[in-house]
Amino acid sequence: MATYQLNVNGQTKKVDADPSTPLLWVLREELKMTGTKYGCGISACGACTVHLNGVATRSCIVPVSLIGNQKITTIEGVGADPVGRAVQNAWVEKDVVQCGYCQSGQIMSAVALLKATTKPTDTNIEESMGGNLCRCATYVRIREAIKRAAEQLT
Amino acid sequence: MQAIKPKNDRINRRSFLRVSSVAAGGLFISLYLDLPAIAHETTQEPPPKVYPPDAFVHVRSDGKILITVNRLEFGQGVQTSLPMILADEMDADWSQVVSELAQAAEVYKDPVFGFQMVGGSGSIAHSFTQYRELGAKTRAMLIAAAAERWKVSPDQCRTENSVVYGPAGKSTRYAELAERAARQPVPGKVSLKSPSEFRLIGKKVPRLDSVAKCDGSQKFGLDLDLPGMKIAVVAHPLVFGGRVKSFDDKEARRLDGVKDIFEIPLVNGSGVAVVADRFWTAKQARDLLKIDWDLSGLERVDTSELWTKYKELARTPGNVAVARGDDKAMSRIPVARRIVAEYEFPYLAHTPMEPLNATVRFEGSKAEAWVPSQFQTMDQMTVAQVLGLKPDQVTFHTEFAGGGFGRRAVIDSHVPREAATIAKRLRGTPVKLVWTREDDVRGGYYRPMHAHRVEIGIGADGLPGAWRHVIVGQSILAGTPFAVMMIKNGVDQTTVEGVSDTNYNIPNFHLSAHNPTVNVPVLWWRSVGNTHTAFVMETVIDELATRARMDPIAYRRKLLKPEAKKLLAALDLLDQQSGWRNSLLKGHAAGISCHECFGTAVACAVDVSIENNRPKIHRATVAVNCGLAVNPLTIESQFQGGIGFGVTQLMAGGAITFKDGRVQQRNFDGYTPPYIVDAPVTVDVHIVSSTEAPTGCGEPPVPVISPAVVNALARLTGKRYRSLPLASV
Repeated sequence: MATYQLNVNGQTKKVDADPSTPLLWVLREELKMTGTKYGCGISACGACTVHLNGVATRSCIVPVSLIGNQKITTIEGVGADPVGRAVQNAWVEKDVVQCGYCQSGQIMSAVALLKATTKPTDTNIEESMGGNLCRCATYVRIREAIKRAAEQLT
Repeated sequence: MQAIKPKNDRINRRSFLRVSSVAAGGLFISLYLDLPAIAHETTQEPPPKVYPPDAFVHVRSDGKILITVNRLEFGQGVQTSLPMILADEMDADWSQVVSELAQAAEVYKDPVFGFQMVGGSGSIAHSFTQYRELGAKTRAMLIAAAAERWKVSPDQCRTENSVVYGPAGKSTRYAELAERAARQPVPGKVSLKSPSEFRLIGKKVPRLDSVAKCDGSQKFGLDLDLPGMKIAVVAHPLVFGGRVKSFDDKEARRLDGVKDIFEIPLVNGSGVAVVADRFWTAKQARDLLKIDWDLSGLERVDTSELWTKYKELARTPGNVAVARGDDKAMSRIPVARRIVAEYEFPYLAHTPMEPLNATVRFEGSKAEAWVPSQFQTMDQMTVAQVLGLKPDQVTFHTEFAGGGFGRRAVIDSHVPREAATIAKRLRGTPVKLVWTREDDVRGGYYRPMHAHRVEIGIGADGLPGAWRHVIVGQSILAGTPFAVMMIKNGVDQTTVEGVSDTNYNIPNFHLSAHNPTVNVPVLWWRSVGNTHTAFVMETVIDELATRARMDPIAYRRKLLKPEAKKLLAALDLLDQQSGWRNSLLKGHAAGISCHECFGTAVACAVDVSIENNRPKIHRATVAVNCGLAVNPLTIESQFQGGIGFGVTQLMAGGAITFKDGRVQQRNFDGYTPPYIVDAPVTVDVHIVSSTEAPTGCGEPPVPVISPAVVNALARLTGKRYRSLPLASV
């Protein structure tokens, strides 16, 4: 066990955890922030996507010991950012969700995409969202919502 | 907002009413307090024919209307559409409606199936009238309350948007009438609205759970956190039915936070449970276990050997499912006009995004369970049985589920069973059992593997003159309580559905099936038998259309029975809406399919090209005939998503395979469902206008997509694709 100071959504959080514990489980079980989801544990589905210093990252394979002072943004905090807010709004406007379990990760990936590319094409979307699995296959609406958020942001 | 309901108690309506009116200032519209409704919940009788509104609607003094949904919400949208139906008849202000998922109870059983469940695309189909009547009765009681207060006749009152209007400009909000309404008799019969009076039904109403699912606040079963809760994982045998001979847990127990490690019985065989404070600890500890398994006497399945066996079986007739017309008709058709087609379909895992889980707390004389369950009645009974309790001693909470697709509707309730088995040993401690993704991919309960062999004799008119069809695949229902109804003449009806009930007019038709026993647990996978039967029917029919040099839609129209009105209407609408088929880009082709299942007819056209030896699905146009469209927005979403889900069958990694009895895949790196690049870029959904009774939309989207895609590929390559997964185009 070791103690870590994590910067989560702009707040400093102190946690005790085994150094090998993936950030995902620290968020979910120590900080009780369950918006970030466990789907596969091998970075193959994207349900656990968070931002580390703004970069979309699969939290299920990053040990807490490697986080250091990087800024962690989760689905619970992404709405504080204008791009994050716009993406969440577009998701609601387009009625994207079905079961909703993967959508935290989808939204986090979409926000990272829109921060890098203001007018994403279908190819950009396929590249950036390509690792986010949705078994309900809400992909058609995810594309629409990303384009809608892009419109709102310009 | 919804916390007013004392969830930790079995609903005792009398005390509930008191608690509720004191704590929240509102009232359940309740008249059945002294009637046997409560008793119903404790028995195994069929669900009541009269549904007490108080179990479904709660008008609160703040104007909020809480509607209870007798189903699991796992993406299909019933948490919105069932309240819509009730609120419409009730004339409730939709902006004030909130909904919650019901606990397991007699009153929430499916009115047709007789147990609480989601399956067979039946939520709307079976509860449409039930929820309308509940809404209409509630409205009548509110009117009666207003009429009583104003001393006027109920006939002089009308309702709109949670307000009762009376003569001389009188009006009162529902919230102000709730208490008085609860004392009114529940009307026996109520008249329902005519479709022209609907205010919500038929409108595109956005989901009630969107915001919570976009800001991370929606809790799913796996997110449950209870004081003192422990996390459990189970080491399962790598061959189904394996038993623990011995195990060494010394290293595992050294991990900080490990609470207990012990052997538990499984439905089939045994396993080792690890209980810890945290998931990561439990998983690490499990990895450190050294288990000696007893695999003696177990069939070690090998997929390639199984294919050989299945194909041999397919060449001999099985138990007869349908025998129609002249058995000798084939022999009169020249060999040159006969086609023989052999098909292969692999085992498929459901892999819902939220891994399987169940939480149980055992307290000696009672227990509580929290399960994202499609089969509440069975799961509650199983937990009770394991704990030596009666079902009504187990308070069973339906948790939101991250998908399911049939995987949370398991007749043997193996996940809640494991959770209860572990919780029994840790009396007083809530235990959350987590199946990792590896447990899920390797854990069985797959869509069964199937082989089909079809021989068709083509008549001089280009239409099938004789059809002999053999299907080989494990029975899903053998050995279950459903067998009595669903296994006929030795044929599991879920094996042959989609062929046995074909809408095509095939005069001399012989269908038989083999249901071999294999050491692999199998289960329904969204749309069940139709996953493979529609693929066979729609690719064969397409091949016949090509040979007859006919347009694939025109050929299907010609071959469909005139009484297949729903499907014919869907095909007509598809034809109108797929004009793009006449202006395809170079290198693209269109593929067609149509299928009716669960009462809903679907026709589909796809625009496909080939990229990197894979089909690229640029567009899918779908025409749906599901009777009255309760929420066209949900239907559109279900079809867009269901079409994407159906692409699972076409994925190169869309197969579970076995070697030496062991599953060869372990996670999404080996078993690969469709990602955004694999699913259609656009799916446009068109709904046939209808006032017939609504039918389901969860499963019907799935069967049509894969045959449509390979029919398009056949036009591009000249090849026929009869083996799934689609390895290379």
